[in-house]
Amino acid sequence: MITAALFFAFGCYGIALLLDLWRIARGPDSADRILALDTMVINVIALLVLYGVWRGTEIYFEAAMLVAMVGFVSTVAYCRFVLRGDIIE
Amino acid sequence: MSFAAELLISISLVVSGVFGFVGSYGLIKLRTTMQRLHAPTKATTLGVGGVLIASMIYFVAKTGNLSIHELMISLFLFLTAPITANFIAKTYITRNVRAEDLPPSGGEYGWSVYDDPPEGPAGTS
Repeated sequence: MITAALFFAFGCYGIALLLDLWRIARGPDSADRILALDTMVINVIALLVLYGVWRGTEIYFEAAMLVAMVGFVSTVAYCRFVLRGDIIE
Repeated sequence: MSFAAELLISISLVVSGVFGFVGSYGLIKLRTTMQRLHAPTKATTLGVGGVLIASMIYFVAKTGNLSIHELMISLFLFLTAPITANFIAKTYITRNVRAEDLPPSGGEYGWSVYDDPPEGPAGTS
């Protein structure tokens, strides 16, 4: 039962990643692209945790934590760059 | 692993998968950028929270030890999601909305997107 639910969640987040890619390619404004990139980062965190549950190891939590931190910093840096033309003033 | 634990894990996995999908579907379905800001910042964050709850129940049921990693990840995500949403909204306003179109800020200074921050007392900046 857990395996079936895991594969359902894998499919949902995989399709969600494709939809985010479509928005990145299409998005009329750079705010849309930043938003889609941030959503991709969050979906990848979910996929990493799901893979850890599937394999039954706890190794992937550190990877998920690192991806979360790098994703937050990169989103804020990209927004600062568009807002002020500079990242660290 | 007991049947109740398996049922709980499966339910939270399915619910979180649906939430994650709805977040990204709203990203392509909604019409304007400010509307699109709603879907991923709320639904996807909740979806990841569901995945982390499922993983926590799974490892408690499997090994008997409570693992704190998931709590750290979900706390970090729940703290940072409003900040990124605020930054993206400011980015959109800077690029697409003129200062004359906004209502007055009601304070001594204008909106922070357009005006420089006010000078504090000497020595504080």
